[in-house]
Amino acid sequence: MTMSSRLPEPYGQGSGANLADILERVLDKGIVIAGDIRINLLDIELLTIKLRLIVASVDKAKEMGIDWWEDDPALSSGARRNELARENAELRERLAQLEPVRGQEEAP
Amino acid sequence: MTALRYVYAVCRPFRSALQAQLAGVAGAPPKQLTHHGLVAVVSTVPEADFAEEPLRAHLEDLDWLTATARAHQQVIDALTAVTTPLPLRLATVFRDDSGVRSMMEAREEDFRRVLDRLEGRVEWGVKVYAEPESAERETADPAATGRAGAEALSGRDYLRRRRTQTRAREDMWQKVAAFAGRLHEKLSAFAEDSRLHAPQNAALSGASGQNVLNAAYLVPRADSEEFVELVDREKDDAPGIRVELTGPWAAYSFTAEFAEEEPEVGP
Repeated sequence: MTMSSRLPEPYGQGSGANLADILERVLDKGIVIAGDIRINLLDIELLTIKLRLIVASVDKAKEMGIDWWEDDPALSSGARRNELARENAELRERLAQLEPVRGQEEAP
Repeated sequence: MTALRYVYAVCRPFRSALQAQLAGVAGAPPKQLTHHGLVAVVSTVPEADFAEEPLRAHLEDLDWLTATARAHQQVIDALTAVTTPLPLRLATVFRDDSGVRSMMEAREEDFRRVLDRLEGRVEWGVKVYAEPESAERETADPAATGRAGAEALSGRDYLRRRRTQTRAREDMWQKVAAFAGRLHEKLSAFAEDSRLHAPQNAALSGASGQNVLNAAYLVPRADSEEFVELVDREKDDAPGIRVELTGPWAAYSFTAEFAEEEPEVGP
């Protein structure tokens, strides 16, 4: 095989390769085959690594007003639904706290 | 101590030798397991680390995960230099060689189909970063940003300045987003295929600036040099924008068409 001779020198790889680049690929891309050792990588990576990798950067970017990739449901829908659910719960709780107080004020 | 089989990739038989010093995820050198004209690249790993329970615990440990991911990627890199590997996801582990063989047999058609499509192609990663600080340093009036004068400001001046800064920042983001959009359009037109990934977290990547475009492009090896030149040409020297190229990677981002479901129903 001679095709490798046409490849340019690697960019940004080797021992100094960006960890995020490597994790992004080996954890999240590549072919999924169920081996004899059954680990649902999705459970682990979504809950820990992915949260650190992706959610943190999405929050930071949103703070700065960048959200144009959010049309991609794979990247954001889950996180946003959770956020909405949390906000709803919070609002409901506050409402519940406020309503009895109002009732007491009006009672006398 | 029982040894398990860790599978890195499946590829067609290749003639070039892998680097002699190449070590796999647990230190053992990767070897080729040929079955029905396909090659699985495997290395032995200790059951103490790669059985279900210890593996699950290890995967939550970022240091272990980092070392394992780097070792995995090193093997994939070595393969990419000599052939077109189909990279498997991290931690694909079998009990023994015969387990690997049955998997290859069961998925043979899928492997061949995706290998046909990806043969001779590599993946290039392109990221665009916004660096608001460097842009502000270069464009802002030094008198307006000097910290020393801050106390002397009236409230109204302060608010006006904040507003101006916010507006400049918004303009900059729009500029960067527009640049990233144009770049992606040009690169997609050149590449055979492309994927947009979520922006990366700076804390983990260690890169400066805010990642606004994180894309992967599928490019024939023969066109790679031209692709690299194209990226170089399109780089914008404007302050506040940085373009980063990585690769060549195995075609990680383009294996999604490989059927996710096992042909038979698993337990």
